[in-house]
This record gives sequence, C-alpha cells and structure tokens, in this order.
Amino acid sequence: MPKYSITVNGTIRAVDVPADTPLLWVLRDELDLTGTKYGCGTGQCRSCAVHLDGEIAYACLVTIQSIGDQEVLTIEGLSDDLSHPVQKAWLDVDVPQCGWCQPGQVMTAAALLEEHPSPTDEQIDEWMSPVLCRCGTYGRIRTAIHRAARGGDR
Amino acid sequence: MSGQVLSRRGFVAVSGGAGAGLVLGFSLLGCDRRAEAIGALGPGTLNAWIRVGTDDTVSFLLSESEMGQGTHTALAMLLAEELEVPWDRIRTEHSPADQDLYGRQSTGGSTSMRSNFERMRVAGASARLMLIEAAALRWAVPASECRVADGRVEHDDSGRSLSFGELADAAAGLEAPESPPLKEPAEWRLIGKRIRRLDSPSKIDGSAIFGMDVKVPGMLTALVARPPVFGGSVRRFDPEPALAVPGVRQVVEIPSGVVVAADGFWAAKKGRDALEVEWNPGDFGDASDESIRERCRSMADDGAVVRSDGATTSALEEAATRIEAEYEAPFLAHATMEPVNCVADVRADGCDIWTGTQAQTSAQDIGARITGLPTEKVRIHTQMLGGGFGRRSRNDFVADAVEASKALGAPVKLMYTREDDMRAGSYRPVAYNRLVGGVDGRGMPTAWEHRMVSPSILLNIGARLQDGVDPTATENAGNLGYSIPNIHVTWTDPGLPVSVHFWRAVSNSQNVWVTECFLDELAAAGGRDPVDFRLALLGDHPRRARALRLAAEKAGWTSGAVRRTQSGADGSGATRSAMGCAVAECFGSVVAQVAEVEIIDGVVRVPRVVCAIDCGFVINPDTIEAQMESGIVYGLSAALYGKISIENGAAAEGNFDRYPIMRLREMPRVETHIIAEGDALGGIGEVGLPCIAPAVCNALFALTGEPVRSLPIGDRYRS
Ligand code: FES
Ligand code: FES
Repeated sequence: MPKYSITVNGTIRAVDVPADTPLLWVLRDELDLTGTKYGCGTGQCRSCAVHLDGEIAYACLVTIQSIGDQEVLTIEGLSDDLSHPVQKAWLDVDVPQCGWCQPGQVMTAAALLEEHPSPTDEQIDEWMSPVLCRCGTYGRIRTAIHRAARGGDR
Repeated sequence: MSGQVLSRRGFVAVSGGAGAGLVLGFSLLGCDRRAEAIGALGPGTLNAWIRVGTDDTVSFLLSESEMGQGTHTALAMLLAEELEVPWDRIRTEHSPADQDLYGRQSTGGSTSMRSNFERMRVAGASARLMLIEAAALRWAVPASECRVADGRVEHDDSGRSLSFGELADAAAGLEAPESPPLKEPAEWRLIGKRIRRLDSPSKIDGSAIFGMDVKVPGMLTALVARPPVFGGSVRRFDPEPALAVPGVRQVVEIPSGVVVAADGFWAAKKGRDALEVEWNPGDFGDASDESIRERCRSMADDGAVVRSDGATTSALEEAATRIEAEYEAPFLAHATMEPVNCVADVRADGCDIWTGTQAQTSAQDIGARITGLPTEKVRIHTQMLGGGFGRRSRNDFVADAVEASKALGAPVKLMYTREDDMRAGSYRPVAYNRLVGGVDGRGMPTAWEHRMVSPSILLNIGARLQDGVDPTATENAGNLGYSIPNIHVTWTDPGLPVSVHFWRAVSNSQNVWVTECFLDELAAAGGRDPVDFRLALLGDHPRRARALRLAAEKAGWTSGAVRRTQSGADGSGATRSAMGCAVAECFGSVVAQVAEVEIIDGVVRVPRVVCAIDCGFVINPDTIEAQMESGIVYGLSAALYGKISIENGAAAEGNFDRYPIMRLREMPRVETHIIAEGDALGGIGEVGLPCIAPAVCNALFALTGEPVRSLPIGDRYRS
C-alpha cells in the first residue's frame, strides 16, 4: 500500500493506506484521533469537520492522496487546555448535549471567527447551517459564537 | 426501589485498587451476595454509586445512560448535595451492568430523575455519615461534634480536619447507616440551581469516548451486508471479491446478514461493496407506502376498544355539526448523530461489550443468549451515547456485534453506516387515524370518535398485550383529557413487516399531533378561539390549563392570521403569520406550546416558540431549558421533514439528503417558562416534543384555513 506522510496538529505522521482512503478514517482508525466524528460519510452533516491549512474541510470527503503538504488541524489540536475562545464560550454557554456533533461545530465556529471576527447572524447562519445537530443545540451555538466574538463577555 | 425503606441495606467495601478507597452502595441483597456481586466485577471495579479516591477525587458510578439529556450531571447533583463534596472534584462514569446491584438498567421514558431522586440522595447522605464516623473514631470524639464541609470532615472544637480521601479507607470498613436523614429543601445548595454539565469539557476537546471511538487490541472493524428488503434473507454469497480487497480479513454469515471484517472501516466498506450476495426476497418485497396505507385504512373499524364514554354513535348523529378527518403520520427514523455501533469480544471464558446502549441489562441478556455464557460473564462497558432517543434501547447492534465476534473468533467493532442505520427499521410507528367529532349549537364538542391503526411496539419487542391494546400506542389518545361527554377510542395493530420501536416521546409524538389538531378543527367548526376552547374543556386538568394560560400569555396569544409586513405595492412578498397552540401531559409533566408560523413565498417558517413546562419542581433549570429546546427541534424536524418511505419493501431514505433534519438557520427563538408549584417531579427528556407539531400545524390551519392532516408538512408546503 502507498505510504503517506501528513502533518496533523503540528506533527508529521506516516500512514500506509490506499490512496482513496478518506482523511476521516486515517484520523480515526490509523492515528487514534477519534475526536473527528463520522455522521454521514457523504458531506452532509459536517460532524467530520477539520481545518486544512486553516480552511474548513470535510474529512469524510478529502482523500489521503489529496492532502499533500496541507496542514491538518483536528479538534485535539485546537488547544491543549480548552483555551480556544470558541471552546471557552462553549463552556460558558454549556452548549453540548450528546456531544457527537460538537467537535464539528467547534471547528466550524473557529474557522468562522478566523474569517469574520464579529460575525452577523446571517454569517452565522451561512457558516453553521451545514453542521447538523440532532440534539437541537443550535440556539446555544449562536449565543456562544456571539460570546466568543465579544471576547467572552456576555 | 426506595432507599429509605430498605430493611437489609447492604454495605461492602472494596479497597486495593489505586485511588479506590471507599465504595458505598445499597441494594436489596444481603451482604454476602453483594460481596460476591462486587467480586465478580473484579478488583478496582466498583458497583455502588460513590467511590472516594485517596487523591480526594470522588467518582460517581451511574447506572443511567448519558445520551445528551444531562442525566449524569443531575444525578451527580443529587449525590453531591448530600455528600457535601466540591463540584470540581466530581468525576462521573457509567457503572457496569449488574442487575443485582442496580436493578434492570434501562434509560428511557424520562424516568432517571423520578426513579433516582431519593435513591441518590440516600446514597450521598449515607456516605457522608460514614466519613464523619471514620473521622470521629480517629479523633475519639462524638460524631455529633463533627461536620462536613467542602470535601472535608471538621471538628470545630479542636480545629482538626481530614479530607475525604484521607478518610476513605477507614470509612470503607464501617456499617452503612440504615436511614440517613436527608436535607430539607431549604438547605439545598445544588438542587434547583443552574449547574453546568460535567461532560461538556470532554465533548468539546475531542476526548470523550463514545461507542464508535473504542479500540481494543486485535480488534477488526466490520460491516454487515443486510437484506435489501424487510423480511429478506441470505440465499448464498461469494466471499472472494470481498476477500480480494486489501485489508479485508474474513467474511462470515450471521443471522442478520453477511459480515465483512477488515483492519479498518474503509477496507470493510470497500469489501462489503465488492461482496456478492444473492438474497431471498421474503414475503414483503412489494410493500409500499400505498399498500401500507390501504392496509391500515381497511382495518380502522376493527380496533380493540381503548375507551368508551357515553353513547358516541348517537351523539354524533345528533350533533349540530359533524367533522370527519383522516390523520396520517409516517414512519420516522431516530437518526442519532452517531450511527449505532458496538464493540464485542467473545472468548471462551467471557464476553466484553463496549457500546452506547440505553438498555444494559438487555444487552447483557443478549450477550449471554448468543454466547451461552452465564450472565455475569458478559460485561457491559457503557460508553457515551451520541444520541439515543429510544434507538439505543433496541440493541440489535449488540446482537450483531456479539454474533460477529463469535463467528470471527476475534474482537470486532461492528459499525453501521448512516445508510445501514437509517434503513434498519426500529422506526416510530406509522399511524393512520380516523376521527369523527360532533359540535353542538353553542360550538362546544359533544362527541369524539378516534380510531387508530398503528403498529405495536410491545409486540415488536416480544411483549404481550393486555385486552388487545398496546398502551404505548395510545398515549394522549385513550386518555384524552378534554371534558367531552361521549368519547370512543379504538386501536389496532396492522401487522406490518417493518419493525418499530420507542422513538422520543413514543406515541405521544403522533397522538398529541392528531388530537390537538383535530381539536382545533372542532374549535373552528364552532367558531371558537383555540385557547379559550381548550380552557373551557380542561376543568379536570388544572395543571394543563395553567400551562396553556402561561404559554398563551407569554406569547401574546392572538387567534387568526395576522398580516406582518408588505413589501410590494401589489401585496406581493406580504408576510402573514399566525399562532398555534397545543398542550399535553406525559412522562409526569405538562407542556403547553405556542408556535408562531409564517409562510414566505410558499415556504413555512417558525420564528418563535413559547414553551411552558410544568415538571413539578426543578433540579437544574438549565437542563430543563436545554431539553425543551432539544425536544422542540427534534419534533420540528419531524414535523417539517421527517418521513421514512417504504418502496419495494425497503426504506427509500438512507442519508440526510433524503431525510433532512433541521439546520441552525431554521432554529426558532425558544422561550421556556418553568412552572414548579410543588407537584410530583416529572420527566423532561421527551415532553418538549409532542406539542410542537400540532402547535405549528394549528398555526398553519389558522393561516390558510386548511387543516394539516398528514405529516411531514414539507409534503404540502415547502419548508
Ligand atoms: S461525516 Fe463528513 S460530512 Fe458527515
Ligand atoms: S449535541 Fe447531539 S448531535 Fe449535537
């Protein structure tokens, strides 16, 4: 099988998998990074959201051979200690319920705030609507993003 | 089980495990059996609810499943309230499955708080008294002179104090107090407060371990090729094309289909795609929505009588106005965000099962049945559940995994793809309803006839019916709470090939929609305001009336359609909006909701929902609000979009493209108002759901004059 070397959360990792293997399964099955979740496998739920060179990407659709030297950032690499502003706001608002969608929500919100440090409701709608949550945490997600944008103030 | 009335309360300590000094627990067992039950769990594995580590951490072992509903945090609040341990020292974990210690473990029916409210406080109080006793013995002072604060026992007269961790080993050797006194509500410092969830940090840094995240040494990952139609079976298969896929290790047959086991998910998926199976079609290969509907309709007159008050037939004949309607609700998939899965390791000497299940005892029974091992050799390691909603009490995924591990001779992670999960059956039952209502000259209802045809969940799980009625099919229909003199309700099971199961709020999910919408039809027939109409009929149910009044007041209730804005000179782009209401009582709680609905360019939108919840009293208001939001979103997704269609004997929908769920941009503003007037504690995990569909449909009725008699709404209106 082909060998690939990819940079994940700042570390170079070597894997030996078929070229068409989605990044999602490389992360979960090969690298034991199970924070990135499987929800649909077809680009419809974004439970699998990661950053590729800072851009949001669907790990279930991106294949290992297409990664090249792009840097992969997963939820495990977002911060060491829950100190990312999005994580802080998420804790303040107590967003999670079952939690399965939450890594994808947090990674997407982090990318949104990189692009729009003070997002409008419309921008939040546009960026966050692709990320499904079956538990209905949407209202709190909106609140938490506004809170993170204000630097943690209520 | 009530902790305060136990006569033979057992207490056993296990020590020796690192950090595991004190174990407290209560059960109906004698001490010997309890010790044996603990022994069977192995050293360091604890079977009670509280474990005090020598490092001062306190672990709560919880027999209920955490699937998002916040039960671990709430149970921890109850334990910590009496134990007097600082909140930041608490760890929670799922307890092992042990029926002798915990009773039958099953999380459903919104019962966790109701069944544990006393049990957990007693456990916490008893542990506190033992820690005090241990300190008193050490200091040779009366226990009455010692008190507990902040995770320490203190003796004020001498100024001495010891931490729980320092006392854990000594306390572990003491007798558990028989009936520890509990705090008065006025002394509570946690119960009733807005407390943050204990599991949030691990859920936003990726460290929480769910069933799908489990990895055990030597584990294979497997997918099952299942029959493409309900009732089908394997005729023959050729494993070679699958085995030719790199990474595929074995192909074996189990009762539910053909297992392709590989080194990881991707190889298993490619292997299953390559596998060639010939199927027996079974008897239902041509089942369709249409054939199911016809069957249900044809059986509407055959039902068993659920309730019969007065003389409905003659009252309907004499009614000034008579309304007839057919209401139809579809099959629904749970679509938990984490598709179901299970890791099983079957060996000659035992079986280990790691999974997110809502029903540990049944999982254990399934493991024992398939392996032939004694129950205590089947160990259930409950993991975080990526959503439950009833789906994870089915345990079909546990059976698949145990069968697969047994056949493979290796530990296996049995996965379901999203499509496998969505097409596996276990749906919310389809429901056909025929209703006839009679209204008198004053506009008040005189007669109500409701005939239900809907598959029985109890029959599906192998239970028996009493008097031909499945009570899980008739909630909020048989016990209709409105004062109508003549009521006749029947139910029958149509005997369909599609399996059904508990789905959040169970039959309340369709019956409240049917009855609350038909009630609005009767109100309209008599020219009555929907809220006033209900209040006039709720004389026997003051809690429902109170909740409805509160929701209507907070919403600023107005009946009929209201013109909101008008953008074009010709009136094009005008927005008309209307409110709809519904009220229900289930799971020990009462909910009333008012939904504001608008149709913009043919698209239905729900900008605002006002929810009044009366759950007796409050353990954690934040959790109540979260569960109302959750129930509303889950119910609104179903109302707007939810439908599993049966085509050629199979579910047509497999993924979120054809089974959409609500997205953030559609999220209404939800305003929750809690009523806590001292009634018995009610459940909150499901009760937020049933009213949203009828509230929205009643608003659409007010807006368009057309009742919405079939779901999803999206079939008629774009949404
Ligand atoms: S798993 Fe990638 S979008 Fe759903
Ligand atoms: S928190 Fe459960 S799916 Fe979002």
